[in-house]
Amino acid sequence: MGTKTLDGLAGRLLEVLGHGAVITDPVRLRTYECDGLTHHRATPGVVVLPETAEQIAAVVRLCNDHGVPFVARGAGTGLSGGALPRTDGVLIVTSKMRRILSIDLADRRAVVEPGVTNLAITEAVRDQGYYYAPDPSSQQVCSIGGNVAENSGGAHCLKYGFTVNHVLALEVVTPDGDIVELSDADPGYDLLGAFVGSEGTLGIATKVTVRLTRAPETVTTLLAAFDGIERGGQAVSAIIGGGILPAAIEMMDALAIEAAEAAVACAYPEGAGAVLIVELDGPAAEVAHQFGEVTRICRESGAFELRVAADPVERAAIWKGRKSAFAAVGRISPAYIVQDGVVPRTALPEVLASIDRLSREYGIRVANVFHAGDGNLHPLVLFDDAEPGAGERAALVSGRILDLCVEHGGSITGEHGVGVDKSRYMTKMFSDDDLDTMQLVRCAFDPRGLSNPGKVFPTPRLCGEVPGVRKGVHPLVESGQAEQF
Amino acid sequence: MDALHGTGAAPLTDALRETGVTVRRAGPGDAVAGVLPRWVALPGTTEEVAALTRLSAEHDLAVVPVGGGTKLHWGPPPERCDLLLDTCGLNQVLEHASGDLVVRVQAGVTTDSLAETLAARGQELSLDVPLAGATVGGVLATATAGPRRFRYGTARDLLIGVTVVLADGTVARSGGRVVKNVAGYDLGKLFTGSYGTLGVITEAAFRLHPIPGDRRWITVRMPAPGPPDGDGRPGPLPGVDALALELAASQAEPSAIELDWPDLRDAPTVAALVEGSAAGDRAQAVRALMGEYGTARVADRPPGWWGTLPGDEPLLELRVRPARVGDALRTVAAHGPPARVRGSVASGILQIALPPDVEGSAFAGFVSSVRDGLGPLGGGLTVLAAPYGLARRVDRWGPVSALPLMRRVKERFDPGRRMSPGRSVGGI
Repeated sequence: MGTKTLDGLAGRLLEVLGHGAVITDPVRLRTYECDGLTHHRATPGVVVLPETAEQIAAVVRLCNDHGVPFVARGAGTGLSGGALPRTDGVLIVTSKMRRILSIDLADRRAVVEPGVTNLAITEAVRDQGYYYAPDPSSQQVCSIGGNVAENSGGAHCLKYGFTVNHVLALEVVTPDGDIVELSDADPGYDLLGAFVGSEGTLGIATKVTVRLTRAPETVTTLLAAFDGIERGGQAVSAIIGGGILPAAIEMMDALAIEAAEAAVACAYPEGAGAVLIVELDGPAAEVAHQFGEVTRICRESGAFELRVAADPVERAAIWKGRKSAFAAVGRISPAYIVQDGVVPRTALPEVLASIDRLSREYGIRVANVFHAGDGNLHPLVLFDDAEPGAGERAALVSGRILDLCVEHGGSITGEHGVGVDKSRYMTKMFSDDDLDTMQLVRCAFDPRGLSNPGKVFPTPRLCGEVPGVRKGVHPLVESGQAEQF
Repeated sequence: MDALHGTGAAPLTDALRETGVTVRRAGPGDAVAGVLPRWVALPGTTEEVAALTRLSAEHDLAVVPVGGGTKLHWGPPPERCDLLLDTCGLNQVLEHASGDLVVRVQAGVTTDSLAETLAARGQELSLDVPLAGATVGGVLATATAGPRRFRYGTARDLLIGVTVVLADGTVARSGGRVVKNVAGYDLGKLFTGSYGTLGVITEAAFRLHPIPGDRRWITVRMPAPGPPDGDGRPGPLPGVDALALELAASQAEPSAIELDWPDLRDAPTVAALVEGSAAGDRAQAVRALMGEYGTARVADRPPGWWGTLPGDEPLLELRVRPARVGDALRTVAAHGPPARVRGSVASGILQIALPPDVEGSAFAGFVSSVRDGLGPLGGGLTVLAAPYGLARRVDRWGPVSALPLMRRVKERFDPGRRMSPGRSVGGI
């Protein structure tokens, strides 16, 4: 796309949106050159900051008129490059659309604009005893529009499900600039279900109706220390096999504990080769029964120390190490790659052993932090980018881990999305026919391919690119605005 | 294949024979919503389904998939139907990974036999199916769900992977066999509720739940409606919506909150289900809430009507926000004919059965008046099943805002309009 085309478009955008809402200054444009995955960078051609769905529709129609691609961006916390801009396109930033439009506790729903942060919804209804259940770890800053695009999860989706299970309706601007309502109450095709998690390739959500969930009567958080991952894994299997569905089950291995300890002095039990955090919630009588079972199972699986949080302060203390794990490895390793693969829960021991073998074979440390209940791994592949060849070896290990996930019947991404970062891995998981069939959906919504092109699906341009390398602590984590799982 | 000889359609017959799939001539009992197909095929694998749809594409045959046939009369008749694709041979539970709480099945497995398989290892698919004999594929294609939709969601929420065969014979998979997975588009959701118009679902993977330690049903008969007002509108129905909302917000966490209202002039019944090891204690909390409306009883078995439809046909489905259920019911009651209403009151999804002998004008009047009444409430009304003479008089689906997009999806997946043509919204 020539500069001339973008210049012409920028003029039209100014007519529609006004000066304050169109950014063309090269220095200011660089603010938006990446999302949470800073390895991929591209300076957007033009940035717009609309305030209404009608303005977004007008921008999209102008993009169509000029044949210019567009990318939507919320808070920019995505970890797969899903909001990576196009240098030849328009970046539509929803950060000015931050109104909670209505809250209806009787119907247990809220209608919000896409730029509203995930946590803001919960904060708006917490005092009335409700919350919004999906809680990605960046929930303090991530936008609900971004959550819809990525179908983001979080620690509690084992029990409560993902964004797609909590979105009741969407107002979307389609890639050709129409404003359409997608609702779970409408008969016909479940376009709402197809849209959530489509990573901005099927249009832009401009209004989100979410389900509100009643806060549970009781929450109990338990930390169990094991000598190694294997026994912790046995406990996880026994808990789930025993018919208990905790709100969350998280595990950290020795290296992750060491890093967390160095960073935030979380005072996890000394000598632990693995810690398991189990959170139970629900009716008090039910939680009491489950708590008895979980403690018994942990002890029988070899837990040498159990701690129970008696109040929210103690609960926060237990979670502190877990929530700081990503940031912590950023402090003990000059650079790292975070992976987001998923395996069936029962394959965890085998896959973790294989990751350990890969780590030793390539001389690359891997810290394991994961959502054990649903098999979502977040291996942190650590390396020194000053060491020749280390980055390449880390990338290789990272890719091999995804291979392991796919070989065991899992997925290349559990919650971060495919974005640009993993599009080249899609062929490991899906056949050409699978991907072509998904393209039928894309073509129905976006025949010209202008909505977030180059994301999700593999293209030759992306083949051979390395997965996202991250250096140090994420700026949002550093500033205390976000936590990372 | 012998049954195909002497049909006068020799090339097609030969071609069908060459697929290696069992095929027979259709008989009157094979009619789809009154439309008689020419053949019935009984494939046993995804590949056989693909061979059949490829052949159908070559010869421009219209294909309608069928499972247990329990809802084959739902929806409009197909524009045409050459080949009825009976999935009864796709009846294998392919993998029950009990440690992962996941099952993968062929689409023709009945939900009853699936439940049996899963129960042997203490697990279940937490999806209530209102019609016995229904298959997994049929439940997905029509997006049916029962009382526990309130707690566990519907089929689309429990489905984690799907294999489909498109109109041109392409086999496509999406999702997988892990619960947490955001790679690629979710074709499973798109196909759920598509009434066979996008392709054939041949395999599905679901997330499972352990069978709860205990279950209790708590039932209360509510007061009857007050006397009609001056315009003949029925009096307010005391408390059904208020009770449902109280139960929905209750810390006893019911899995289902259901209404049965067999006679709109008389008293309805509300029943709730609690599940879990402490179900007994929680049932008492629910009973206390219900006790303000009538005499509530706790039982360890469901009431006889639980999880079933209020009738066969005409059968309609009303959807409204939970807090407006009372107003919606009043609208239904005001516009006779006599209706039986049942459904998930806290989810705002209720089925309405009308008398089988309802007259055409009364039926059309009912649909139109109730829709008018629901409009301001933000609700909708769909005709699920009705004799075709009746259904012709109304728009079965009501307004659908995303219909143009749905049409575009249909055009991409099935440009030749060969998959169950005309059976979904807007004649898709």
